[in-house]
Amino acid sequence: MIRERFATAAEQALLEASLSLPEDVVAALENASRREEDPVARAELATMLENLSEAKCLKVPICQDTGTPVFYVTLPNGFVFTDEIYAGIAEGVRRATKSIPLRPNSVDPCTRENYGDNLDNGRPVVHIRPGPRCELTVLPKGGGGENVSKVTSFLPSEVHRIKEFVLETMCEAGGRPCPPVILGVGIGGTFDQAPALAKEALLEPLGPMDPFETELFDAINALGIGPMGLGGNVTCLGVKVNRAACHTSSLPVAVNFQCWVCRRATVLVEVD
Amino acid sequence: MAPVELTTPLGEVILSLRAGDRVFLSGTVYTARDEAHVRMQKEGIPFDPNGAVIYHCGPVVQDGRILAAGPTTSARMNNLAGFVLDAGVRAFIGKGGMAENVREELRGRGVYFAFTGGCAALAAAKMTCTGVFFEDLGMAEAVWVLELDRLPLTVAIDAVGGDLYETARNRAGACCDRILNRR
Repeated sequence: MIRERFATAAEQALLEASLSLPEDVVAALENASRREEDPVARAELATMLENLSEAKCLKVPICQDTGTPVFYVTLPNGFVFTDEIYAGIAEGVRRATKSIPLRPNSVDPCTRENYGDNLDNGRPVVHIRPGPRCELTVLPKGGGGENVSKVTSFLPSEVHRIKEFVLETMCEAGGRPCPPVILGVGIGGTFDQAPALAKEALLEPLGPMDPFETELFDAINALGIGPMGLGGNVTCLGVKVNRAACHTSSLPVAVNFQCWVCRRATVLVEVD
Repeated sequence: MAPVELTTPLGEVILSLRAGDRVFLSGTVYTARDEAHVRMQKEGIPFDPNGAVIYHCGPVVQDGRILAAGPTTSARMNNLAGFVLDAGVRAFIGKGGMAENVREELRGRGVYFAFTGGCAALAAAKMTCTGVFFEDLGMAEAVWVLELDRLPLTVAIDAVGGDLYETARNRAGACCDRILNRR
């Protein structure tokens, strides 16, 4: 029962995320195309918006890199956690891979053999947290943005270098993460926590930014990398920073890129 | 300037294109990613390379129908471009651009077209699949034969060394130094 509900929810979330972008992202792209001045960049943004209409109209995935499905599940107080949740989500991924269809992207890291089902030896990537309702969110993460994302460790006395690290990472990435990008920045935590914070920042809808996020946003857009790295005013649609306490001797910082196809969808899972 | 209409196989006309020009491309193109290039290097190119266009793309295909076919990151093929150009290939379509060695290899003989990353649905609407080579490499890595109907492209690297990515990268580097007061 629980298994089937999670399977249905995962398949539904993947379908929604693969075929259309959240409203906040579409609005940010439309806004970007209004403020862009470079003719090549304007044409790139127009092509992106046209592509979103085609995907909706043809009911096909927005991008052929349908990503690695990363799931975030919230469970209400008292809900018993069992392996049925993993099994259900895995089943949902298998169904979605065939029904949407999704490109089979998951391979053995060394032999490069394709598993064919977008799973890791039958297991999905799932992060579980307590929450008010039982909700499943999927963030299908494309390879381009992941491949140029970075994590580093600064000295506690080098807080001022965080901005430098973010800007240099963006410069080095150039057009490869499919700009205009959204940047998730994770500051603090342990070595593994910083990139997790950066990725979780990407779950937040685009909206008002705090002063530090705004400072990074303005600096990135001043770089002139532009849509797809071809030059232009619009390199970034938003910056989201997530912080966590870290060890007194540490300062890990991570940047996770999200391409302009910022897919995310949340589905309420019916539980008794 | 109005976009230039081009049809494959491509000839000398592409040498007059300049970085920043817009193009509508029609005719046959062949998809190839990392694994397909490695296979072609070992076993030969399975199509006529003269005037051909290679599309850096791993599409989603269902029952021979192209559902999604946007470009992949071309830089992964930086060291695999020379031998196909030597064989007569005239253009690549991809995203993100290619390294300096490829810019030099294109000089006087070919161009690199940028197709907007992520625009897989639009691409699919403008192409039909007419064949496949190396299908054993899997859906993403196989060589798919595609007929294009006016795919909108930007000349990002031309045959005289013009490179929009390089220009944007240099400007970004200088700007980054300025923001961080390093210069």
